[in-house]
Amino acid sequence: MISRLTVSERHLALFVLGALALAGLAMAVGGRGDPLAVHGVIVLAASLGLGFLVLSALFSPEPGESRLAEYYDDPTKAGIVLSLAWAVVGMFFGVWVAALLAWPELTFVDSAWASFGRIRPVHTSGVIFGFGGNALIATSFHVLQRTCRARLPDQFSPWFVLIGYNLFCVIAASGYLMGMTQSKEYAEPEWYADIWLVIVWVVYFLIYIRTLARRKEPHIYVANWYYMAFILVVAVLHIVNNLALPVSFGHAKSYSLFSGVQDAMTQWWYGHNAVAFFLTAGFLGMMYYYLPKRAERPIFSYRLSIISFWGITFMYMWAGAHHLHYTALPQWVQTLGMTFSVVLLVPSWASAGNALATLNGAWHKVRDDATLRFMMVAAVFYGLSTFEGSFMAIRAVNSLSHYTDWTVGHVHAGALGWVAMITFGSLYALVPWMWKQERMYSPKLIEVHFWLALAGTVVYVFAMWNSGIIQGLMWRTYNDSGTLAYSFIDSLVAMHPYYIARAFGGLLFLTGAVVCSYNVWMTIRMARVARVPAKGDVPLYGAAQAGE
Amino acid sequence: MDIDHYSVVAFAKSWGLFYLIALAVGVTVYAFWPGNRKRFDRAKKSILDKDDRPGGENDGN
Repeated sequence: MISRLTVSERHLALFVLGALALAGLAMAVGGRGDPLAVHGVIVLAASLGLGFLVLSALFSPEPGESRLAEYYDDPTKAGIVLSLAWAVVGMFFGVWVAALLAWPELTFVDSAWASFGRIRPVHTSGVIFGFGGNALIATSFHVLQRTCRARLPDQFSPWFVLIGYNLFCVIAASGYLMGMTQSKEYAEPEWYADIWLVIVWVVYFLIYIRTLARRKEPHIYVANWYYMAFILVVAVLHIVNNLALPVSFGHAKSYSLFSGVQDAMTQWWYGHNAVAFFLTAGFLGMMYYYLPKRAERPIFSYRLSIISFWGITFMYMWAGAHHLHYTALPQWVQTLGMTFSVVLLVPSWASAGNALATLNGAWHKVRDDATLRFMMVAAVFYGLSTFEGSFMAIRAVNSLSHYTDWTVGHVHAGALGWVAMITFGSLYALVPWMWKQERMYSPKLIEVHFWLALAGTVVYVFAMWNSGIIQGLMWRTYNDSGTLAYSFIDSLVAMHPYYIARAFGGLLFLTGAVVCSYNVWMTIRMARVARVPAKGDVPLYGAAQAGE
Repeated sequence: MDIDHYSVVAFAKSWGLFYLIALAVGVTVYAFWPGNRKRFDRAKKSILDKDDRPGGENDGN
C-alpha cells in the first residue's frame, strides 16, 4: 500500500511520523510517573512502527499516472477491517459489562482496570467511535468519490485521518483502563487526546471540501450533506465541550472551563448532538447512498430528503436540554429542549419513511437479500427509536424513564437496531465492490448474522423496557405512611432476570459481529486467491513490471 | 445595557423564532423551486450508474 503513495507523499508521511514520534517522546519524558507517559510511549511506538513501514517502501518506483483514472479505495478497505475489529472488541466489552451487572463477581482479575467504571467506557467508545467512527470514515471516502465522480485530492491525508483517528481511539480506550477520564459521557478522553482529534478532524473536513471542489457532478448528492454535517458539527461540539485547562503539560488530568449547571448543559448539548450528528447524520448519509444502490431504485423523494436534512440539522441543536429535566437548569430551557425533541419526530420520520418508500416495489429483494434486509430493519428501528426518543423527552414521561434502564434500552434500540444494522448492511454491500468480488464469501452467513443481530436487539430492548419501567415504578411507589415502598436493593433484585436476558441479547449480537468479521475476512481471502492464478497466467516479464 | 440572563432569554425567544421560521420557509422554497427539479432528478438517478471511474475533464458541468 505504501508503494502506491507518490514519493513526495512518502516523504511527507515520514516527516509527520517524525514529528509525532517527537511529541510521543516529549509526553513519555515529561509525563514521568503519570499515565500521560504511558500514552507517550504508545504514540512513540506507533509512529516508529509506521515509520519503518514507510521506510521499507521509500525507494519503490513512483506510481504511474494511470492511478488517477481510478478511485482511491485503500483507506476505505483498511477502514472496513478496522471497523470490524473494533466492533468485536467493543461488543465483547459490552457483553462483559452486561454480565458484570448480572454477576458482579465476573471481574476475573481482582484489579482496578477490570472494574465496571473503567471497562464500561471502553465498551461505549469502542462501539461508537471505534466501530461506528471507522465505518463512517471508510464509507464516507467511498460515497464522496462516487457521488462526486472525483478521486480523493491526495493519497496521504485520508491515511492521516484514518490512522490518526484510530490512534485517538487506542489512547482513549487505554486511558480508561488506567482510570483516566474527564467524567463527561462520550467525551471521556483527556485534553491531549482531544487536541489530537481536532487536528485529525480538520484534515478530514478539508478532504471533503477539496474533493467537492473537484466534483464532476453539478449537484452535491444528499448523502454528502449528511456526512458534511457530521464532520462539521462534531468538530464544533468536540471543541466546545472539551475546553479545559490541564493541571500542567506533564499531567493527564485537566479541569473543564465550565462548572455547575453550565457544565451540565454544555455536556448534554454535546452528548445529545453526538447522538444526532455522529450516530444519526453520518449513518443517514450511509443510508441515502447504500440503500438505493443495493435496492437499485432511486430514493423515493429527493426533495423530502433535503427538507428532512435541514430539519434534523437545525432542530437537533436545541434538543439536548431534555437530558436535564428536573434539574437546576432553568425551566424554560428544559421546555425548549422538550419541544424541539418532540418536533424532531417530523424530519426523523420523513427520513425513515423515505427509506421505506424507496423499497416499495423492491420488497421481493428485501425478502431474498439479507444485506438489503439489514438496511430495511435499520430504517424501521430508526423510526421506532426516534419516536421513542421524542416521547421520552416529554417531561412527564421522563420523570418515569430517567435514570432507569429504559434509557439504556432506548439507546440500544438506536445503536443496535439502527446504527449497527445500517452499518452491517452497508459493509455487506461495500465489501464485494471494494475487493472486486461478485458477492460476499457466504450469503448464508449474512442470513445467520441478520437473525442473530435482530434476535439480539429484540431480546436486549425488551429486557430493558421491562426492567426500566419496573425500576421507575418501584422508585416512585409510596406506602400508606407516605414513605417509599421499596428500598433501592429491592429494585436491584427485581432487575436480576432482565440483566441476564440483556447479557444474552448482547451475546447474540456479538456472535453476529464475529460471523460478519469471518465472512468479510474470507471475502478478502477470496480476492487474494483469485489474484494468484492470474499472476501465474501472464508472461513473467510483464508481471514483474506491473508488480505493486 | 447590561447583558444578563433575561436579555439572553429575550433574544433567544424572539430571534430564535424568526430565524427558524425563515430557515423552514427557505428550505421549502429551495426544495420545491421548479428550476431545481432537473438537478435533483439527475442527482438521485446518477448514483445508480454502474460506471465506477472518476469523471473525465469534459463530464458534468
